[in-house]
Amino acid sequence: MITLDHVTRRYQGFSALEDVTLTVADGEILVLIGASGSGKSTLLQLINRLQDPSSGTVRVDGEDIAGIAPEQLRRRMGYVIQGGGLFPHWTVARNIATVPRLLGWDRARIDARVTELLDLLRLDATRLRNAYPHMLSGGQQQRVGVARALAAGPSILLMDEPFGALDPVTRAELQAEIRRIHTETGCTIVFVTHDMDEALGLATRIAVIDRGRLVQLGTPLELLTRPATDQVAHFIGTTDRGLKLLAVQRVGDRVRPGETTPGEPVSAEISLSSALSAMVTRSQDRLPVSDPAGAPLGTIHLADLLGP
Amino acid sequence: MIAFIVLLALLLLATFGLGYTAPLFAALFPGLDNPVYRQDGFPALLLGHVEIVAAASSIAVILGVATGIAVTRPAGREFRGLLETVAATGQAFPPVAVLALAVPAMGFGAEPAIVALALYGLLPVVQNTIAGLENTPADARIAAAGMGMTPAQILLQVELPLAAPVILTGIRLSVVIGIGTAAIASTVGARTLGLPIIVGLNGSNIAYVLQGATLVALLAVTLDQGFDALTVGLTRWRSAT
Amino acid sequence: MRRVQIPLLAVAAAALGLLPFLRHARNRLLSGQPIDSYVSFGLASPLWTVGFALGLGLLVLPLFRPGALTRWTSLLGAGIALAAAAAIGANAAAHLAAAGSPAARTSLGSGAWLFAATLLLLASDTARRLRFGLAGLVPVFAPLALLLALGTLAPLSLLREYAVQHDAFRAAFGQHVALVLGALGPALLIGVPLGVAAQRWAALRRVAFPVLNLIQTIPSIALFGLLIGPLAWLGTMIPGVSGIGTVPAILALVLYSLLPIVRNTVEGLDGVPRGVRTAARAMGMSPAQTFLQVDATLALPVLLSGLRVTAVQAVGLAAVSALIGAGGLGAIIFQGLFANALDLVILGALPVIALAVAADLVFRLLTAWSRAALGGAV
Repeated sequence: MITLDHVTRRYQGFSALEDVTLTVADGEILVLIGASGSGKSTLLQLINRLQDPSSGTVRVDGEDIAGIAPEQLRRRMGYVIQGGGLFPHWTVARNIATVPRLLGWDRARIDARVTELLDLLRLDATRLRNAYPHMLSGGQQQRVGVARALAAGPSILLMDEPFGALDPVTRAELQAEIRRIHTETGCTIVFVTHDMDEALGLATRIAVIDRGRLVQLGTPLELLTRPATDQVAHFIGTTDRGLKLLAVQRVGDRVRPGETTPGEPVSAEISLSSALSAMVTRSQDRLPVSDPAGAPLGTIHLADLLGP
Repeated sequence: MIAFIVLLALLLLATFGLGYTAPLFAALFPGLDNPVYRQDGFPALLLGHVEIVAAASSIAVILGVATGIAVTRPAGREFRGLLETVAATGQAFPPVAVLALAVPAMGFGAEPAIVALALYGLLPVVQNTIAGLENTPADARIAAAGMGMTPAQILLQVELPLAAPVILTGIRLSVVIGIGTAAIASTVGARTLGLPIIVGLNGSNIAYVLQGATLVALLAVTLDQGFDALTVGLTRWRSAT
Repeated sequence: MRRVQIPLLAVAAAALGLLPFLRHARNRLLSGQPIDSYVSFGLASPLWTVGFALGLGLLVLPLFRPGALTRWTSLLGAGIALAAAAAIGANAAAHLAAAGSPAARTSLGSGAWLFAATLLLLASDTARRLRFGLAGLVPVFAPLALLLALGTLAPLSLLREYAVQHDAFRAAFGQHVALVLGALGPALLIGVPLGVAAQRWAALRRVAFPVLNLIQTIPSIALFGLLIGPLAWLGTMIPGVSGIGTVPAILALVLYSLLPIVRNTVEGLDGVPRGVRTAARAMGMSPAQTFLQVDATLALPVLLSGLRVTAVQAVGLAAVSALIGAGGLGAIIFQGLFANALDLVILGALPVIALAVAADLVFRLLTAWSRAALGGAV
């Protein structure tokens, strides 16, 4: 658990963060979102002491991190930046092995872990293990960056706009990877982005930062239905708001149980926007729904998408 | 690498073999009584030359790299501006003038030559160390800090290896200029390969001049190629495919 | 600023306090007895000591009251302190000369030189923070230049040497400048077209650069030596060609100057964005007009930067060429070295350094001006 308690960060007369209080629960994905220069990256860097607060306390698992040596703290966390920040003069394997080597693991354990991570990030271990960063594509470099951050098995993963430099297709792939890794490892992720769609797609909760202040903290649904200020509403975007609302809700929440309808069933886990897309494709105003196991569950109607 | 080995072989062959070429030089320059320089052995002169350059370059590299590192750390940042200005202006000082001025300061012999060479050789090393360290990719440094490397670890494992090619270029330049200046240092009492050239010029013995000049040129080109091979070896990661 | 300047001031104080300020020798060839600054100041007129203190006061003022004005006066203060120190040395030398034999020489000692060097570093640090950069060192040298012109510094051995060698010095200075200019001209005439051609034809580039790099790596004295043989042999057939003297010197200087000029011409032309050239042709400019008005203009700053390197290098090379009889300031340096007349060495070496630094400064200004004239486009 990470706690920021009335944290302020000022330098040279400029206030980057002003009186921010928030808690990151174990195992959640907290997305920090805001415009450029809003202070979200600063907030992230307060957690691994790349920056220290001017006032206020930051606690990790109950311990005030001001009392922990920065290098020790950082070796317990994963840190991913845009582009990956890979060391150009080391192979992929050596890059991933960075923190384990700092922690003094033995060779065999490191090698095994490197293979494990390359598989986790769906990278071809045999081909890429001894490649140098400049030989990889942007997406591959970013995957290696994530693998490197996870190498020592940290329970907290800090990600600073990691997918900003990638094309939309690769970005979507990597967002899916993060969701999968999150499910498989159960780690706590603090993720910084300025892309609302990315935030809505990944987050357990979203913290909106504007000019150094925490403006709203809530689930994606809460942000969409009850934006705290006009700024937040504007940030979410006014045009596709309806579609975004559909994207963050599941068919399973709106299904009419027991009712049967002919046709290929859709899973209860898919989003309402995927259901809408299916209805349009099939030119039908209702779809059969099955549970994750495949057993029939009920039906969802077009009207159900409009909400109660 | 091959060029370096070939040149090294040529250099050693010439150094140890020139003593036996009297018939050749006698034929080329029939008017001379002494066709081959004999006052000192060429191997001894080569050794003297290399010793001076090595001593001066060691001082220049150690001091230069240390200064370059110090000035790019937060604690030393204040001194950087003046240092860069001085280094840039100092580079304009002709090495022969710096060498000459060492004499009123320290007298004649090898010591003033070493001091002058070291002082002058410092400049490209300092400049290139600063440039090399400054140009390491910022995100690699941020990532290194974020992963928990200490500042010393970042310097030794990330910054210096990445800056090495640029620093090496500075050392290379420093050494090559040093070889030339060490030759001129024969005029201030150092025993180097410049001695046959100076003696030959003073006594109108072109054969001496040619012998000395050939060895100096070979030494310079050989070491230059050696540094080239070293740089290629250090940047293997860049050229991998 | 204080962290840099205070240690420097400490060094300056140590230089004055611990090292000899003057050296007094019975004749030209001996190295002389050390005389510390306390004695020297005592022998000189108190007027100069007051001036020295005033200069130092102005020098350190910015440490207490930062600002552009105190920085400018600090530069002036450095100049006054330098000039006063030199005058004190000259005064003391005059007193010692009156008391001793006519052949006796008083020269500035290591303490005085280190003091001057440290003061220059302090002034450079201050000048760096002002608008004109190192050009702000002019007020530092102005008082010294004034004293030189007035003859106040004449009793010092360095100036007495100059008085004796006056004509030879003037001739050597002229020869030196002539050598440098005589090499730069042909180097430009050959180098620029060669660079233009090399930029266009990759095959030429592949051949030219390794050859030029090889020449650059060979130490100057070795190149002079290697040229003597063939040129002397050529001289037996063509009158006027010789292995020693001005001709081989200029030949070698031109060869050395080619690499920076060719390399920077290629680099400058490489840096012209291709779209600009295409646009020019599309607008109807002829190839010649395109080259002159687009390529040459945009590549100019880089070329000027290469010229700077060439000029500075040439000043140093010209000094070495004295060894093969080309004259110039190097002749004075080597004459002093061979005769163990150290004032002569300084008399030759300092102007060489001054010439090189001046050339460096002039070309830096030209390069900066050309960049600004292009509106910062390159």
